[in-house]
Amino acid sequence: MVTQIAASPLAGDRSRAARRLGYVLVGLLGLTCIAGLAVGAAGTSLWSALADLAVGRELALRDKVVLWDIRVPRVLMGMLVGAALAVSGAVLQGLFRNPLADPGIVGVSAGASLGAVIAIVLGGALPLAAAMGAWIVPVFAFLGAWGATMTLYRIATRAGRTSVATMLLAGIALTALTMALTGLIVYVADDAQLRDFTFWNMGSLAGATWGKLAVAVPLILLPLAASGLLARGLNGLALGEAAAGHMGIPVQRLKGAAILIVAAATGAAVSIGGGIGFVGIVVPHLLRLATGPDHRFLLPNAALLGAAMLLLADLVSRTIIAPAELPIGIITAIIGGPFFLFILLRQRGIVDL
Amino acid sequence: MLIARDICADYNRKAVLREVCFGARPGQITSIVGPSGAGKSTLLKVLTGDHAFAGTVRLDGRDIAAFPLRDLARIRAVLPQSTPLAFPFTVIEVVRLGLVNHPGQDHIARRALAQVGLAGFEGRYYQELSGGEQQRAQLARVLCQVWEPVGADGTPHWLFMDEPVSSLDIAHQLQVMALARQFADRGGGVVMVMHDLNLTAMSADSVALLRAGRLIVQACPEDVYRDDILGEAYGCRLEVGKTPVRGAFVLPQMVTVP
Repeated sequence: MVTQIAASPLAGDRSRAARRLGYVLVGLLGLTCIAGLAVGAAGTSLWSALADLAVGRELALRDKVVLWDIRVPRVLMGMLVGAALAVSGAVLQGLFRNPLADPGIVGVSAGASLGAVIAIVLGGALPLAAAMGAWIVPVFAFLGAWGATMTLYRIATRAGRTSVATMLLAGIALTALTMALTGLIVYVADDAQLRDFTFWNMGSLAGATWGKLAVAVPLILLPLAASGLLARGLNGLALGEAAAGHMGIPVQRLKGAAILIVAAATGAAVSIGGGIGFVGIVVPHLLRLATGPDHRFLLPNAALLGAAMLLLADLVSRTIIAPAELPIGIITAIIGGPFFLFILLRQRGIVDL
Repeated sequence: MLIARDICADYNRKAVLREVCFGARPGQITSIVGPSGAGKSTLLKVLTGDHAFAGTVRLDGRDIAAFPLRDLARIRAVLPQSTPLAFPFTVIEVVRLGLVNHPGQDHIARRALAQVGLAGFEGRYYQELSGGEQQRAQLARVLCQVWEPVGADGTPHWLFMDEPVSSLDIAHQLQVMALARQFADRGGGVVMVMHDLNLTAMSADSVALLRAGRLIVQACPEDVYRDDILGEAYGCRLEVGKTPVRGAFVLPQMVTVP
């Protein structure tokens, strides 16, 4: 196997390639944004609308609603959710030092779901419900995701070492447990709540509105921005906790921050998009193959690629059986499931299966 | 100066170190030897602040427990026994992680790689290297962290190594010993756990001999390398010889199978 990396000033240094890839991904994201705005079931043309705007003509009300109130928030929401899921995956993998960690697989998303369902069903009866208003679902999803991540970390990591098998098995148990609790709560829900839950649970960006976006933007952008501060620490952590400490990295603080960021980003993404899986494992893995595992580039590039990939998946979800819509979670799972198995089989050695 | 006094440490509630005293000077190589399970690695972990202990460890007069992590990282680097990596880093990417005190100075990373005999390995994937090559790549990373054996203000820097030559062939063992020697000769302090008694005799200025969690003796090699002391510590018959030029060597004696 040829492993020499050419066309770089310092052999083996992929930071330039990673930076260049970032620019390419910005372009790709721009293209998918345009596609997301241009394509839709209503048949409204983005181009004629833009042409109208350019010459100062008033848009037809219908076109204005379709573009401004449906497609724009949906595209923005897709970008946010995709970026949040991909970065959550990358941070979680850095924390567990393990390329198989994905919020959907190890139970973090299930924890977020439980939190969201508690908020949807028990909503009004919860403390501070009135004060939180529209924030109650994402906040509870965050709390659920946080609890799940902490539990998983406690179980799977002993003396700074994570057992891959324990992590995956604990993830299964955690998912099963939280799903059972979710079922228990859904059981006591009334019809309207059940309807809310069902639509949300299928995983879709269809419900994107400006109102939801206003809640989601800070909840997702904050952890995304904060993840950049962890990049150097996560690079050091790749050598192990002890080695990271020897290099002056405050390991306990780093881990606490990483868990918070994963919980916040996953919680927000799940509370908006429902069960959208595998983005967190596919995106970082592809990027590591392309330009290496340096988190200083991996994290921002994951945000860009995750956003673009989710927009593409959403595009498929709303065109493949148009005018009906396929839940986007089904599409990401159909692509991501086999991909996960592929990584698992390639890494059999480290999983010890 | 590195001074450890009355060190007691447990591992899984079993006492591993009992009232161990230990010292190391900058400008010297101090080696920790002893049979397997004697507590060598645990002592090193105590000295680097990675293992809970009772007693005191002072580095340049400062209590190691009160030393801020960042300040410690400035003056000492630690080479673990082995470092598996979960992600596909290239060799140069691993070595550059050691540039914590010299950010962006890639020429140091390249020179460190050359010093450990891995010039030309920059673009190889770390995970595809042999065990010995990985260990040398890690040594290059650690060397980057304490590239100057003495700081600009005159504080000595320290290199802690846990069996740095255990998976190396003899040529590379000698190369690593030469690097340690050079680091010490230029004013830095080197503390390492060693298995090979002959390499230790050749390289160390001071030898600490442990057995069953207790320090038997710490002294210069000539005073530690005696048939009775080594034989009793290791529980076997050993014959210590001397060459006029290089000092002591240990000749193993055949034992009978019980």
